[in-house]
Amino acid sequence: MAEILTKSRARNIFYGGSIFFVVVFVGMTVHSHRYVVQTSTAGMPLSEEVRHGKHVWEEHSCINCHSLHGEGAYFAPELGNVTTRWGVQDSPDDAFWMLKGWIESQPSGLEGRRQMPRYELTDEDIRALSEFLRWADQTDTQGWPPNDAG
Amino acid sequence: MKYQSQKVAYWYILAALALFGIQVAGGLLAGWVYVSPNFLSELLPFNVIRMIHTNALIVWLLLGFFAAAYFLVPEEAEREIWSPKLAYLQLVILLVGTLGAVGSYLVGIHGGREFLEQPLWVKFGILVAALIFLLNVSMTVLSGKRTAITNVLLMGLWLLSLLWVFAFINPDNLSLDKMYWWFVVHLWVEATWELVMAAILAFLLLKLTGVDREVVEKWLYVIVATALFSGILGTGHHFYWIGLPGYWQWVGSIFSTFEVIPFFLMMSFAFVMVWKGRKTHPNKAALLWSLGSSTVAFFGAGVWGFLHTLHGVNFYSHGTQITAAHGHLAFYGAYVALNLAVFSYAMPMLRQREPYNQVLNMASFWLMTGGMAFMTFVLTFAGTIQTHMQRVVGDYYMDVQDSLSVFYLMRFGAGAAVVIGALLFIYSMLVVRRKEVITPGPANPVPGE
Repeated sequence: MAEILTKSRARNIFYGGSIFFVVVFVGMTVHSHRYVVQTSTAGMPLSEEVRHGKHVWEEHSCINCHSLHGEGAYFAPELGNVTTRWGVQDSPDDAFWMLKGWIESQPSGLEGRRQMPRYELTDEDIRALSEFLRWADQTDTQGWPPNDAG
Repeated sequence: MKYQSQKVAYWYILAALALFGIQVAGGLLAGWVYVSPNFLSELLPFNVIRMIHTNALIVWLLLGFFAAAYFLVPEEAEREIWSPKLAYLQLVILLVGTLGAVGSYLVGIHGGREFLEQPLWVKFGILVAALIFLLNVSMTVLSGKRTAITNVLLMGLWLLSLLWVFAFINPDNLSLDKMYWWFVVHLWVEATWELVMAAILAFLLLKLTGVDREVVEKWLYVIVATALFSGILGTGHHFYWIGLPGYWQWVGSIFSTFEVIPFFLMMSFAFVMVWKGRKTHPNKAALLWSLGSSTVAFFGAGVWGFLHTLHGVNFYSHGTQITAAHGHLAFYGAYVALNLAVFSYAMPMLRQREPYNQVLNMASFWLMTGGMAFMTFVLTFAGTIQTHMQRVVGDYYMDVQDSLSVFYLMRFGAGAAVVIGALLFIYSMLVVRRKEVITPGPANPVPGE
């Protein structure tokens, strides 16, 4: 390797190859962006309510206990498919009442059980959050998770 | 210390060590909440503890990189830092931002994207600090001697700062949010940070082993080429299940398999250089951390990464304790241990004295590395059981977690060892004892002995 691969050749391969892979990556990203908007998340409109729900989700940092599409902390259940697990994916009203009941019964206070804090949310916030979770659930995630347990 | 302005690195290292202490304390606390879930649950919920744990880690690693840059750039460029005042200003901005972020997390003010929870003003502060830093080191390098080490280091630091822009881009569409989020997270730790790591490792090996610069720099270019060739498209292994096209399953599987190569090369590089080197450097602790870093990075990032990167495996293991096992060992090996290598090498020079407290320092290496390895093993077992029960059998999440409690108890023990090791390391850096704990042997043993 010593004679053929000089330092300057190694450097040129590094710069040239990196630029090539960046260009390929950017191209695939552009395609993926369009695919997300037009296909994989197109099953339900990205309404004002869903957007607000995402802000509620972020404001309370749900991701640092739960996971969403498998990403996040692993301290609390996966929520990317929670509306399917609860059987409320097709009913906005049921999703709202189910989520409201859940949030307002926290913390359970049970000894030895992981505790979810009590978040004081308005009905509007809870409605937005349940719509956001329904929206996340309708995303085409290539069949993940393997089952309803999440 | 050849150049007066290298002293800047001293203050960066002190700040980094303080945050390192906060990070491991947060980790230990989070580990205890897994064992005893009611602990502090009303006062300091798990999500806030975890936020402090991960954010403190990222910031102290960056402070360590800045310290390394301010320490090695003058030596490589053979001139003083362009503006030490700007370097101190940058540190002040970073510390104000860090304290501001921790304070606001404690009162419940934070963003909602994992690892990027900093309030907007802190994000801007980080951007300003990064720009000051880039200006300062770039001016130093441009007016001095340019080497492959500073080329790669600067390229890594410029690119990682550029990618920080994606911390400000948060689309309302969750799948797009996730895709661009990985531009910061993945392209930092599995691409640009690897450039920084390889450059720093090359500098340390150059100094510690005395191997010819030409050889070291050729290795460096080969390593960083394999890092970017595999790491850029390797981003695809995060794109399997978040709403992106199916072709990422193949692109991600193939290219992220190649991500093992740069880590294997870095490990080989470290051992070959030490083997070939003629110099017996007195700072054994820095050498141990350098070799340890490249080795643990190979296992943590390389082997444990490959373990769950193929999409057929990841379909079942995604988002289980397997990910946690990999994350801990990879970060520890690649970035924590490397930073501690730099600190071990630079601190004696910054304090203008011979290497000190080496036995305590090396003991802290084995305590932390042993603790981290044990933590990784128990989390891997926990993750394997979780994957089977939850993803194959279909048991509910909390039922599965309840049956993993013995692993979490062992993980807490492993974490305690890491914390003790970290405190020992901080002590060995800050407090200069008059004598080593064990009297050292002769630096160059008589042949045949």
